Amino acid sequence: MGRRVAIVGAGMTKFVRRAKETGKELAYYAAKAALDSCGAKLKDIDAVVLGSAPDTFDGVHMKGEYLSCGAGAFGKPYLRCYVGGGTGVFSVAVGWYYIASGIFDTCLVVCEEKMSSYQPHPQGAFLTIFDHTTERPLGPNLLWIFALEMQRYMQTYGIKKEEIALVAVKNKKNALDHPAAQIAQEITVEDVLKSEVLCYPVQRLDVSPVSDGACAIVMTNEYLARRFTDKPVWVSGVGWCLDTAYWTNRDLCYPRYVEEAARMAYKMAGIRNPRREIDVVEPYDPFDYKELHHLEGLLLCDRGEAPQLLVDGKTQRDGELPVCPSGGLLGVGNPISAAGLMKVIEIFWQLRGEAGKRQIAKKAKRGLAQAWGDLMQVGTVVILEV
Amino acid sequence: MKNFFATPLRDEDFKKKNFCYETWIGNCFYAWDCGKAIGRYLEGLKEGKILGVKCPKCERIMVPPRIFCEWCFVLVEDFVELKDTGKINTFSISYISWDMKRLEKPQIPAVIEIDGASPGYGILHLISEVDPKDVKVGMRVKAVWKEEKEREGKITDIKYFRPY
Repeated sequence: MGRRVAIVGAGMTKFVRRAKETGKELAYYAAKAALDSCGAKLKDIDAVVLGSAPDTFDGVHMKGEYLSCGAGAFGKPYLRCYVGGGTGVFSVAVGWYYIASGIFDTCLVVCEEKMSSYQPHPQGAFLTIFDHTTERPLGPNLLWIFALEMQRYMQTYGIKKEEIALVAVKNKKNALDHPAAQIAQEITVEDVLKSEVLCYPVQRLDVSPVSDGACAIVMTNEYLARRFTDKPVWVSGVGWCLDTAYWTNRDLCYPRYVEEAARMAYKMAGIRNPRREIDVVEPYDPFDYKELHHLEGLLLCDRGEAPQLLVDGKTQRDGELPVCPSGGLLGVGNPISAAGLMKVIEIFWQLRGEAGKRQIAKKAKRGLAQAWGDLMQVGTVVILEV
Repeated sequence: MKNFFATPLRDEDFKKKNFCYETWIGNCFYAWDCGKAIGRYLEGLKEGKILGVKCPKCERIMVPPRIFCEWCFVLVEDFVELKDTGKINTFSISYISWDMKRLEKPQIPAVIEIDGASPGYGILHLISEVDPKDVKVGMRVKAVWKEEKEREGKITDIKYFRPY
């Protein structure tokens, strides 16, 4: 499968509700931090991949080009990729095929999102995901799709809100140890259940926040990796898959596209039994139920069984399968594409033993990051190992 | 990594304009062609009918209609009249608008599996004439149509679905 690909450096900004910095400035801080972390200079970089969500957030046409100088792309081959919320993890898959194919020896992957510009609330930027003729005249808001999916998931498997709320409790608490976190806090299941009902069954504390922020990584091949670091982390599998946009024709109780993406990545990584072979996982958690939904899609437990892992404490940092040790989107924040890359970076730090207070108890050799997006449609997966 | 940059700004300072920023209100105005399949679907709605399409190969009956089967990748031209009844596949009770303002009266969006279509094939619509707390997955519902003269070939020609 081409050249072996390594991640050798990573950097990120703080995630905040509204940053004074522009998108270009956030991209610069993250890219520079990633380069500095492995002693690289911009001249060492052959190509740049940028991940960023819709132009609508910024009101800037061709946002990729707008951000390019901040992302370190001046005078270089440059591509912006975008698959909705799945972008952050997908951008790593793009970087992977740049390096694996041998086209480039080094690549900088930058993901930036500044959601705060859109007024009065960034949710409005998402309205155009609904079909313009058959759905938008009904007056939808973005939360509908999550609420409809969460309801279907709960009903199909008889899952209670109390069980799902434990995800929010765990992740917001994990984020207390993340120096870049936006809404880390200690809360209880009761706090979640008493929080404002937005779109039943979705309540305020079930949801990740609106955020500004950026992340970046440096990728290279097996020949150059050790020039940058003694501890390269290898990308052993990537996968992505898209389901139909006719979302009312699918059973929302199970993310089949996540399973397809995971199977592609597992096959590439030579993983036959992911439940035994994956040590730590960062599934996408823009809503608390999504973490559970995705654990099932990733085949890390049976359908409808993810809540039990949580109830049994197995997904805590000292558990059998630590899930979202970073604090996830629910705790660290959700600047769309940057949030996905934050998950890949967390696995990178965990595998290198550099996660500080967030370091998981067991010795991790292999980890997985996953993101999700569009009309409950896209699954993107990256597997890292040392 | 030790230094995590980004300067958080407070909402309050933003509202009071305690720092400089520029604003712009974009004027985006679109007119979308409905296409062949949805065009026919909308004509059906105007006549008080819900139309689906049947794939000549896998024979599944799909709604909303499309001119291709995305599984078999063949042209689909066979329109079938479905019933205006169905069952709730999933629903939500929405208390907020798109800009996060509280609604006075909650909306109940739902995916409704339409009778006559293949199992699991539904459309997005609203539920009404029911106490939100009585809505259940699996509940049977029927379309409530606008008066014939008021119908204009839009998804809103069905006002909502109600239990029956």
